[in-house]
Amino acid sequence: MIEVRDLKKSFGPNRILDGLSFEIPRGESLVIIGRSGGGKSVLLKHLIGLLMPDSGAVLIDGKNIVGMNERELLSVRGKFGMLFQGAALFDSMTVAENVAFAFRHSPEMTVREIQSKVGEVLEMVDLPGTENKKPSELSGGMRKRVGLARAIIYHPEIVLYDEPTTGLDPIVSDSIDKLILRVRDCLDVTTIVVTHDMRSARTVGQRILMLHDKKVYAAAPTDQFFQSQDPVIRRFIDGVSDAKEHYF
Amino acid sequence: MNFRGWIADWIEGLGRLAMLTREAVASLFTFKVAWSDLLYQVYFVGVKSQSVVLITGAFTGMVLGAQTYFQFHKVRMDTATLAVVSVSMCSELGPVLTGLMVAGRVGAAIAAELGTMKVTEQIDALRTLATHPVDYLVVPRLVALHIALPLLTIEAIAVGIGAGYLVGVYLLDIDSTYLWINMLKYTTSSDLTIGLIKSFIFGGIVALIGCYKGISCGEGAEGVGRATTEAVVYSSITILITNFFLTLTLGRIFHTL
Repeated sequence: MIEVRDLKKSFGPNRILDGLSFEIPRGESLVIIGRSGGGKSVLLKHLIGLLMPDSGAVLIDGKNIVGMNERELLSVRGKFGMLFQGAALFDSMTVAENVAFAFRHSPEMTVREIQSKVGEVLEMVDLPGTENKKPSELSGGMRKRVGLARAIIYHPEIVLYDEPTTGLDPIVSDSIDKLILRVRDCLDVTTIVVTHDMRSARTVGQRILMLHDKKVYAAAPTDQFFQSQDPVIRRFIDGVSDAKEHYF
Repeated sequence: MNFRGWIADWIEGLGRLAMLTREAVASLFTFKVAWSDLLYQVYFVGVKSQSVVLITGAFTGMVLGAQTYFQFHKVRMDTATLAVVSVSMCSELGPVLTGLMVAGRVGAAIAAELGTMKVTEQIDALRTLATHPVDYLVVPRLVALHIALPLLTIEAIAVGIGAGYLVGVYLLDIDSTYLWINMLKYTTSSDLTIGLIKSFIFGGIVALIGCYKGISCGEGAEGVGRATTEAVVYSSITILITNFFLTLTLGRIFHTL
């Protein structure tokens, strides 16, 4: 289980998160939504210890990771897999080397076992036979699939997705959503998705948590959230701007 | 930025560099470096830098030989020319020029590569894959530079002396036997040892500053560009300043033994 308590984070004079508290039970699919620049990705990076808060706590299975050093965090991160917004594939490596990265110093696995696992997981993300391709030869959607394969090959308990459908066409976005569901069901993982794609949020989320004005504005089951009549939530769902606000 | 802010930034940077050095040294003794990563880095740093280092060494030896001859000829000390070239190349010019050339080629490449990895979130991806960036990115480069720079320096010294010899004998008509004997007479093993110790330390400087600048690089293309430039400038300046103190310290240690 993940628990966030009174999380605060600033970059210089800019306060990004101002006292966030929430819990994510094991096995849940949570979608975090909010405006661009609203701190969604920053929050996601706090959950895995890539960023440290100014104050507050992040508890993973009851253990507070705030204040842990980088080496202590390595063992906690074994529970996580993360898909980055731009996939963050290692340019100098092939698809197979990227996907197998977590096993590169694993003495208990033979090369044949690693190759078979890579093939298996690439099959799962619908990219069989791409082992020898370089990331530069792949499309945006394929890169995200490889990034996901790399994140799930070691069977993490929690998978984090940072804007998984951003920059993809609606059909590829839908295929990524289906893939997120497939990974959740096949591997029985806790899923946390940061997005501002409402269609994607409705498809993959069991619960939606909305960040607004540096705080958790709303958290509700997906159906209930989409039926909300709250003006802020409604404007976000319907994509309607407020004439009084400056967006640029 | 005012002067006080600049000083504060400079001290903070030094502190972060010291932390990185400590982490790298600790990792060196606890983490098993992957041979494949290390060999690739030795190849990239050592083998690929040879042409630059050889050209630098050769022309430095030739210029130094010619210039020394022009001065020594006035006092009829022509045959001591190669001795000056040899001592200078072994203890000063060999390690310093090799260090500067490698800082320009390899330090820049390290900062650009790691900087690009930083801005494209590849370093964060490494961390999520339970890999410490210092173990995977810094330590192989540090060890490779510690190995490769002394070897490149030996090459530069040998080529520099050889080029100085050729210029002296075939262009300046100095007696080859006396030229060679005087070189052997005045060049001691401590000159070469000093050069190798310096190059070993310069290797660490180039690796650590290059890695530090890459890992702490700012956002976007501008950040990568700035990190690359700073890696070369700071490595070069640090090599020159460190060389002065090393010359004093090592000179006292080796020449008074």
